[in-house]
Parts: sequence; structure tokens; C-alpha cells
Amino acid sequence: MSTTLTSLDLKGLSCPLPIIKTAQALKLLPSGSLVEVLATDPGSVPDFTAWCRSTGNTLVDQEDQDGVFRFVIRKR
Amino acid sequence: MQARRSRAGRASAGRRSRRSRQTRGLEALRETRGPDEERGRKLVIFAWSGDLDRVWATLILATSGAAMGMQTTVFFTFWGLFPLVKNDVRITGDNWMQKMLSLMDRGGTEHLKLSKMHFAGVGPRMIKRLAKDHKVASPTELLEMARDMGVNLVPCQMTMDLMGLKREDLVEGLQEPAGATTALLEAQDAITLFI
Repeated sequence: MSTTLTSLDLKGLSCPLPIIKTAQALKLLPSGSLVEVLATDPGSVPDFTAWCRSTGNTLVDQEDQDGVFRFVIRKR
Repeated sequence: MQARRSRAGRASAGRRSRRSRQTRGLEALRETRGPDEERGRKLVIFAWSGDLDRVWATLILATSGAAMGMQTTVFFTFWGLFPLVKNDVRITGDNWMQKMLSLMDRGGTEHLKLSKMHFAGVGPRMIKRLAKDHKVASPTELLEMARDMGVNLVPCQMTMDLMGLKREDLVEGLQEPAGATTALLEAQDAITLFI
């Protein structure tokens, strides 16, 4: 399993761009890759949870730091 | 009487066992199938409206569906076909009626009108500015993204004939024009939206 962390800065983007940019980035990565996503859209919190559930990717970590939402996703 | 009752009893027992088989079947399917193969993994949108606010919704849902790994198809029909006209194409159609139509209702994602608060074009300008400030992707960008993400964009053949729109008037990367039967067939096992 890959341990390198790809980081995506999607701060400022609105729905549905954070999900779409993440989906596009994940497509290029091998299974098991870890991706860190930074977003400021509050809607991205429920959206990433739902998206991970529907795509089978794992939401490893999610935290909120000063209005920036950080998600760590492992590609299935 | 007795025989009928026992038949009825057998029938209901049969129904029960069928039902439990079905339940087991669904559970078994859920266990064996990955998330991508579950039911509802297809999205079909009938894009009937050419209004900016509705086209926006269509394209946001289509790109999101594709991002979720859903097999996504958008059928563009009637007024919904005009957003597919190239932004630099001004007049379309063969006869004066079709030409008038394109003059009064210019096609292209850059020239769409709002369904309400249009105010002779002031409304869309304000909405587009707000969208830019809030980094919301424009319909033009979303249409490109949808195409790049493999969303099937299908123009309606009948509308093309009716409105006098030709393949060269429409943006690149569309599927072959199709009819209502193709659309309904594709929609049979999909989540369907009419926008």
C-alpha cells in the first residue's frame, strides 16, 4: 500500500468542484493511494462522506482547522 | 372449500418462501457486488430546458454523477438543445422561421437566459459574476468537464431537424443524435431526472 500522500488544495472552490477535482485526481493514482484534500466549502463535509460511501474509497480522516476542511482519502 | 383453503395456504407459503429468497438474493448481491455495480449506478438526465438556471443544475448533477462513478447520460431535447450550440455560431436554421428562432433565442452556454429575474440580460450577468466570485464553475466549464469525464451527451435528432440545428452547429464531443426510444431504453435501469 502506498504511503506517499498526494495533496489537493481545493480551497475556495464551490460544489461540485471539490468532488470533481478529487475524482479526476484519484483516477490517475493507483489503488491504495492516500490523498489529502483541503477545501473551504462547508457542503464538502457531507459530500465527501457520501462520495466515499458511494465510490468505495475510504475516508481515513476528516478534520476542521480554522474554516479549512481536511479530508484524507484512501483510494480503493 | 377445504381444498381451496389448503391451496391458498400453499400459495401464501410459496409467496413467503419466494419473498425470503428474494431478500436473501438482495443481501447476497449487496455482499458480492462492489459499490460501482449496485443498482442506481446509472444516471440519465433529460435536459429539456435551455434556461441558464436549469442547464446549470443539469450539468452540476451530470458531472457529480460521473465523479461518483455513475454511468451518466444526458439527452438534450427541445429548448435543452440550444446550450449545445457553439458559442460563436450566431444564426442557425434553413428557413426564416428557424433563423428567427436562433435570432431570438441565441444558442450556446454563454448566451443562456434565466427562467426568472432575467431583466433583459442583467440577471444572468449578475449571477455569472456572483458565480465567479464564489468559484462556482460556469455552464461552459461544466459542459467541458462533463465531456472529459465521459458523460454521454446525446442530442435529440427530432429537435435538431425541427429547429434546423446541424452537427456542425453543435459543440464537439457529442454522441450520435438519437430518439426517444434510445433515451427511454437507456433510462430503464437508471436514476432519471427531467430538467
